[in-house]
Amino acid sequence: MKLTILYIGRDAEITMVMQRLLNARNEWMGLTACADDEAIAICKKQHLDLVLLGNGIDQKSENYLREQLIALSPGLKIIQHYGGGSGLLYGEIMTTINGKD
Amino acid sequence: MSQFILHKENTRGQANHGWLNAHHSFSFANYYNPERIHFGVLRVLNDDSIEGGMGFGAHPHDNMEIITIPLEGAIAHKDSMGNSAVIKSGEIQVMSAGTGISHSEFNANANEQLNLLQIWLFPNKKNVTPRYDQMALDVEARHNNFQQILSPNADDAGVWIHQDAWFSLGKFDEGFETGYKIKKSGNGVYAFVINGEATINGQTLGKRDAIGIWDTESINFKAGSADTEVLLMDVPMELS
Repeated sequence: MKLTILYIGRDAEITMVMQRLLNARNEWMGLTACADDEAIAICKKQHLDLVLLGNGIDQKSENYLREQLIALSPGLKIIQHYGGGSGLLYGEIMTTINGKD
Repeated sequence: MSQFILHKENTRGQANHGWLNAHHSFSFANYYNPERIHFGVLRVLNDDSIEGGMGFGAHPHDNMEIITIPLEGAIAHKDSMGNSAVIKSGEIQVMSAGTGISHSEFNANANEQLNLLQIWLFPNKKNVTPRYDQMALDVEARHNNFQQILSPNADDAGVWIHQDAWFSLGKFDEGFETGYKIKKSGNGVYAFVINGEATINGQTLGKRDAIGIWDTESINFKAGSADTEVLLMDVPMELS
């Protein structure tokens, strides 16, 4: 079964790269958002397995997103994605899904 | 009491794409080993050999401190901040990716192999303004000496990054012995043998072997062969 992964980041170019990378693997379905309310709207409509917080999200936004997304989907895993696109992405997702984080 | 982890060179992940032969000390790209994710804030240590004229087209980074050390050859760098430079063996390059930067990296020579180390550290501050720097190093200063090449301080020797980390390079005659004092409480040292053979805290390492040591204030070192070359990465063990 595919993992549904939402990437949230402020840079439009990086977000497009992440969209491509997340959908390049058969076992993942990738969604992206640049704004907090966009991310929350996605979470309301769609089951998510994992959320990746990307570039440009300040602490206030991070706290808000975590609070809102967990309220909508308790147990949702939310992790920081350290940009590098494909370099770190697979390891971050596997580590989180395997519960080794 | 000090603790250590030994990473022999043949336990690294490998990806051979023809034009790129990459060895990964820690999980990277399609190489995933849950026992090899990071050493403190040291997240990536890639040992890449790249054929003439080949390289990585424009790609993004954010929120990592990225250090590139060419060992042989030269790398041509271009980035979204407008920097365009060639970094040669004997030099060091840093990028604080911060809020986001895009760059390309190609072997600057059409007919020569490029071998480089690319090292990524988690930063001590997220979403910084992206920055780029490079520096030529006095290679003579590392003869029988751990020459500092990177630190957290802009006014200290070497380049600087957003992390409480210090890197040193040394090239040693056979039998030379010395010690290294860890710069900050809570840091550990990841020692990577670029060439030759070394005994570090009683462990013998060969070419491209590495040892991570922590819960200690210093390490001891002895060069086991002529032209032993070692990179020390003194890094926080806790992710902030």
